[in-house]
Amino acid sequence: MPINYYLFLAIALFSIGVVGVLTRRNAIIIFMCIELMLNAVNLLLVAFSKMHYKQAAAAAIPIANPGIDGQLFVFFIMVVAAAEVSVGLAIIVMLYRNIHSVDINFLNRLKH
Amino acid sequence: MNALLVSAILGVLLMLSSVFIKNKSYIHTLALAGLAGLFMLNLAELNGWLLFEIDLKGMLRFDRYALVMNAIMLASLFFYLLLSGRAMEKVGPHYADYLALLFFICAGLFMVTGYASLLILFLGIEVISIPLYILTGSDKRNLKSNEAALKYFLLGSFSTGLLLLGIAFFYGARGNFSATVSVDPTVVGSSLQLASLLLLLFAMSFKVSVAPFHFWTPDVYDGAPTVFTSFMATIVKVALFAAFVRLFEDTFSLQFSIWQPWVAGFVVLTLLIGNLTAVFQQSVKRMLAYSSIAQAGFMLLAVYAINGDSKEGLLLYAASYSLATIGIFAVLSHLQDYTFDGFNGLAKKQPVVAASLAIFFLSLAGIPLTGGFLAKLFMIKAALAYQPWLAIVAVIMAVVSVFYYFRVIQAMYFRSADDQEMMPEFPKSFPILLLVTALLVVLLGIFPETLLGLLYF
Repeated sequence: MPINYYLFLAIALFSIGVVGVLTRRNAIIIFMCIELMLNAVNLLLVAFSKMHYKQAAAAAIPIANPGIDGQLFVFFIMVVAAAEVSVGLAIIVMLYRNIHSVDINFLNRLKH
Repeated sequence: MNALLVSAILGVLLMLSSVFIKNKSYIHTLALAGLAGLFMLNLAELNGWLLFEIDLKGMLRFDRYALVMNAIMLASLFFYLLLSGRAMEKVGPHYADYLALLFFICAGLFMVTGYASLLILFLGIEVISIPLYILTGSDKRNLKSNEAALKYFLLGSFSTGLLLLGIAFFYGARGNFSATVSVDPTVVGSSLQLASLLLLLFAMSFKVSVAPFHFWTPDVYDGAPTVFTSFMATIVKVALFAAFVRLFEDTFSLQFSIWQPWVAGFVVLTLLIGNLTAVFQQSVKRMLAYSSIAQAGFMLLAVYAINGDSKEGLLLYAASYSLATIGIFAVLSHLQDYTFDGFNGLAKKQPVVAASLAIFFLSLAGIPLTGGFLAKLFMIKAALAYQPWLAIVAVIMAVVSVFYYFRVIQAMYFRSADDQEMMPEFPKSFPILLLVTALLVVLLGIFPETLLGLLYF
């Protein structure tokens, strides 16, 4: 399949994530939208990795494991996302204990 | 490399130390000793002595610039711990954990200043950000702290998403993550390249709080516990600027003509918004948050004019801005009243503290004989090589900044306190330490070559 399909799919997923972050009011849903953005990037990286592998194979460029670093990056993103989830959920739980809500409209004390 | 490895180990050590050591002042001393050790190791590396021989596979590159930057950050961190280490105890019961998180962030800072692959840039930024989310929300019962943590977390991870998309496009266009190899000029104009350039520019601007991506900064800096605001606004920001400069100097050097107008626009917006909003603030803490945005505008001039002058200027800026802001925040964390009135009559009761504070504010405003003056001079000189009008805007905005910095000096020296009970109590050694920090800021302004000389031999 041409790379364009993957590119469009990843950008569509990423945009859904961005729109969700900007419009939704529930902290958990915003959080899920951010995860969607990160996973769109993962998809894109894997697609590019395959593309570079094929290009290197077609041009017979003598590099060891062409395109492998894109896939490696995906693992790092997954690990970091997991660390972020653990901290983020802890922050949301801490907030819920104090105000019994996860609606970010409540968060306007700092404006003044 | 020395400092990077050892700081991570020290973080683990400090985390475990709370189990074995109950006395908080021992933990504080341990952290200070650790930092001094890190500083010595970094100096040793500057002289070519390495603790371990590791093949870095082109992932990290500790050149002299990165090492000098690390030395500046470690020295600032040392003064930060000396001045506000004890104020950290008031935040919550987990003193050793806060210090451990600071050391983990330190490892992230070294990754960010010394990266040679965008993978390490991303990891470094995350290693800095995730502990910072925790520190921002460490005052668990305080709603403002909670709110700041959630805001910082959501916007921080959003900007990480942008950064990652930029890196993915970068990989698509170039086939590797290397930050050092400049691209083949024939493919510079491709749309993938352009998209990655802009996304990385926006994401980095977000992280260093440059307008129009600054809106999270005042709220987060205001809501976070004051000791941690001090750390976020100085050392972390400076390290991210070093990464910003390296990214645009090495990786995107050939697309110079594309990104330079964008950065110029950001500089003007940041200087205008930061300075003009700071004038109208009632709380000193919030004023300092806007002032840190304004100072980011000056530091962004180093990215705008990538040349020798601006890079040296950034080092000087890093040192003088960090030390001055750390000093001011250290005093602020002892005050009960964060408005300008809280400083009334401080000169009568605490002459040494007031004099040091005055030096810090003069340095931030860029008055001659202080480090801040020379730093601003370097930046403006660098900008002058490209666009004279940008330098004029910078000078006018530096004049505006004098207005709100001098409000504090005026309150300290020319007003008397209405309520003697509100006057802060400082620990005995505090005024002397503060004075030493202020002297360093002045010395930077008189003998900048001692710092800049480190770059060359």
